[in-house]
Amino acid sequence: MQTIERDLVIIGGGPAGLAAAVSARKNGLDDILLIERDRILGGILNQCIHDGFGLHTFKQALTGPEYAQRFIDEFTALGIDALLDTIVLSLDNNRTLTVSSKKGFIRIRARAIILAMGCRERTAGAISLPGTRPSGVYTAGAAQNFVNLQNIMIGKHVVILGSGDIGLIMARRMTLEGAKVEAVFELLPTPSGLARNVRQCLDDYGIPLFLSTSVFELHGKDRLTGVTVARVDDRFQMIPETRRLVPCDTLLLSVGLIPENELSLSAGVRLEPATSGASVDDRFMTNVPGVFSCGNVLHVHDLVDHVSEEAGLVGWCAVRYLEGEPSPEKAFIPVVPKADIRYVLPQTISGKEDVTISLRVTRPMRNAAVLVTDQGRKVARKKLVRLHPAEMIRIKVKAKDIETAEKLEVSVQC
Amino acid sequence: MENHYDVVVIGAGVVGNAIARELSKYAVSVAVLEKELDVAMGTSSRNSGVIHSGIHYKPGTLRARLNVQGNALMAGLCQDLKVKIDYIGKLTVAQDEEEVKSLYALKDQGEANGVPGLEILDPGAMEKIQPRVGGIRALHSPSTGIICPYSLTIALAENAQANGCRFYLGHEVTSIQKTGDRFDIRAGNKSFSAKVLINSAGLYSDQISRMLGITDYRIYPCRGEYLILDKRLKGTLNVLVYPAPHHGKAGLGIHLTNTVSGNILIGPSNEYREDPEDYACTADIMAQLRREGHVLLPELKTTDFIRSFSGLRAKQTPPEIGGFKDFVIESREDVKGLINLIGIESPGLTSSPAIALMVRDMVTSLLPLAPKKEFNGTRSGMTGHFYELSDEEKADLVARDPDYGEVVCRCEQITKKEVLDAIQNPLGARTINGIKYRSRAMMGRCQGGFCLPRIVQILEKEFGYRPEDYYLKNLHSPLFSGEMRPDKTRA
Repeated sequence: MQTIERDLVIIGGGPAGLAAAVSARKNGLDDILLIERDRILGGILNQCIHDGFGLHTFKQALTGPEYAQRFIDEFTALGIDALLDTIVLSLDNNRTLTVSSKKGFIRIRARAIILAMGCRERTAGAISLPGTRPSGVYTAGAAQNFVNLQNIMIGKHVVILGSGDIGLIMARRMTLEGAKVEAVFELLPTPSGLARNVRQCLDDYGIPLFLSTSVFELHGKDRLTGVTVARVDDRFQMIPETRRLVPCDTLLLSVGLIPENELSLSAGVRLEPATSGASVDDRFMTNVPGVFSCGNVLHVHDLVDHVSEEAGLVGWCAVRYLEGEPSPEKAFIPVVPKADIRYVLPQTISGKEDVTISLRVTRPMRNAAVLVTDQGRKVARKKLVRLHPAEMIRIKVKAKDIETAEKLEVSVQC
Repeated sequence: MENHYDVVVIGAGVVGNAIARELSKYAVSVAVLEKELDVAMGTSSRNSGVIHSGIHYKPGTLRARLNVQGNALMAGLCQDLKVKIDYIGKLTVAQDEEEVKSLYALKDQGEANGVPGLEILDPGAMEKIQPRVGGIRALHSPSTGIICPYSLTIALAENAQANGCRFYLGHEVTSIQKTGDRFDIRAGNKSFSAKVLINSAGLYSDQISRMLGITDYRIYPCRGEYLILDKRLKGTLNVLVYPAPHHGKAGLGIHLTNTVSGNILIGPSNEYREDPEDYACTADIMAQLRREGHVLLPELKTTDFIRSFSGLRAKQTPPEIGGFKDFVIESREDVKGLINLIGIESPGLTSSPAIALMVRDMVTSLLPLAPKKEFNGTRSGMTGHFYELSDEEKADLVARDPDYGEVVCRCEQITKKEVLDAIQNPLGARTINGIKYRSRAMMGRCQGGFCLPRIVQILEKEFGYRPEDYYLKNLHSPLFSGEMRPDKTRA
């Protein structure tokens, strides 16, 4: 069995993997190999044919494929190696991978690895949806693949469960393709997707969004014939008297994304319950030396611009690791979520460098500030008009303010 | 007449297919009529997949005898058919002295039935077999095993077909007439004729009986729901663990079951239904299974539930009576040539090879059965999974056939070759569920979110499927409504 050795292997050729590869090359690393399971680079962006990508990075509204192409062009111009149509089947704690493709099944030993596998969608099984098991139930992303990449119409009369961004985008897409989209139902009292997507994909097309409402049963033995929906109380319990049948032939699920960390786990990478992604330091290194993580496999982002920016930083961190630059001393400073904060990232920092902390709040708030403190001492503060769980917040912390810190606490101050 | 057979078997479940394969060893013509588009679409694909030891049934009953005999035959059968079986053993655990008594009673009963190797274990010995199992004593039955029930059912059918048996899928029997010494059968708008008719229609066996004027039987479908857990938990359970029988409890209770593919099942529940195809899962029972799962398996996380399903047992007793009635396997005197199999619920899967022998003996007295020299009882080709191989074996296989290198289903690591085999093997899949049952693609934690679009691409490219050609399980379950707009590049 063939075994090859590489300095840096990047797993995944979506926006995170591409940006990490480009950055690693620009920071002087020669030996880079990117592995992508699809036939082309770009990842999930290839099926996101709507616009709105790149507003931060390029100051224009690009489609998913256009956004991806800018990075693919740069990747190609830099002459970085990629294995396409190739899947990584295993990864161990010594950074050895097995990969498989039509060309063969080989082993690769890497000095450093960047995990950039992205995420997968939660399914009907994962949310234990009761009822029958008919055809016509799809995750929104799979539906998007059929509709946008394969010219296949999945159904004519659609209900959408969950107000994640892909669900909202697909509500508009199916309407444009002539389907009747009955409604979007969301269990939570607030939409899960971006506010702009609620406006542009639902409001502009007269598609109703029912909050605190969910699907409680599927009907139809063969093809889906309808769903039972009902409102929920504040403990998410169904209110029986609000039950009603909504006829439909198609149900799309947009009920959450799960970072795809099976390979990470097999390598011994420790995951954070709050993000379902790796626990990382301020160089985005996991607990396994030389294994880095970025993009949606680290934590689910809402904007691809942030993915690219984060991954660019990680590409540089991997190069510094490979160049033997000593990692900051082991005395890491924990970063801990407090009041109204769902998660923070990175989970530990060195205090020797400036760092950007990414975070999400637990509930919508207005006119509040995100506060970073070290034993009561203010380290950073960011005022915001609108804070929403669907929108990631980032706050910069300066090295000079945290050199002697022992523990950083992040909270919302109303 | 074209559809003229010595033997017609109704129902392509594990029992019907085991009988068909057994009869394919002899110089008789055999057809299997099945109303669904695939084999194993009823109870045979919707159960725990346990090969029982035979401790639970009264000595002298058919269930006891066929279970123990079937268990012993299963190892050789699985070897021939290249079906994975794992005799992992079972602990039946007692929590108090009252239950310990019932363990001894079970042990005596099992020994009377001829179950090998039964032992009552103390906590120290229990702990060695299954850490943290709890309880004060356990009955260990080493001959209990696990199997993939639909893999076995499919393998039996493929091998029966390879040996000359004809399968008519999508052929629902609508009427049967006895004319002279032959049966005239209408199924799927075709006429069939048979000297011997075998009713192994499972949940519909009472209805088939009634078509011949036999009103002795009624089947009461009894639904069991299950939850399937992520493979992450593989290794937390070494053996099957069941609670000891408890006074006033009819079923074996909700428990954890390992599967040969590394998932764990929680279930089954026990609930009578009117409709023999009511395969719904219900909110209340799913919630109950989740709760019990957390008690039985402390490592369980909410993200470990990947799918639910339900199956129906063909019970002969109504809910107000409950309990079990013995299998009915009879060669009818009043309708000569009819062999009736009624109420083959648990342990039907385990018993199936023994039932096949018993039915063969019944057929012998109706038809001369001369052994066929050309019978080949082994299945050819690679029938295991790519993911089960060592790295070196994988590398060799990919070098020989590049389609093994293309992994289509990332969760279960199922290759393009395995998907192609599912379609091209004898009795190849005609539905998406058929591909799923044969290849395991779409059975993992993403439930086809990643691989279904890829499988659709493969079917279009390799077999010329159009969007309207994809069905989930039958012709009433189309996957898609058609093309979005005319595609002139599509062949």
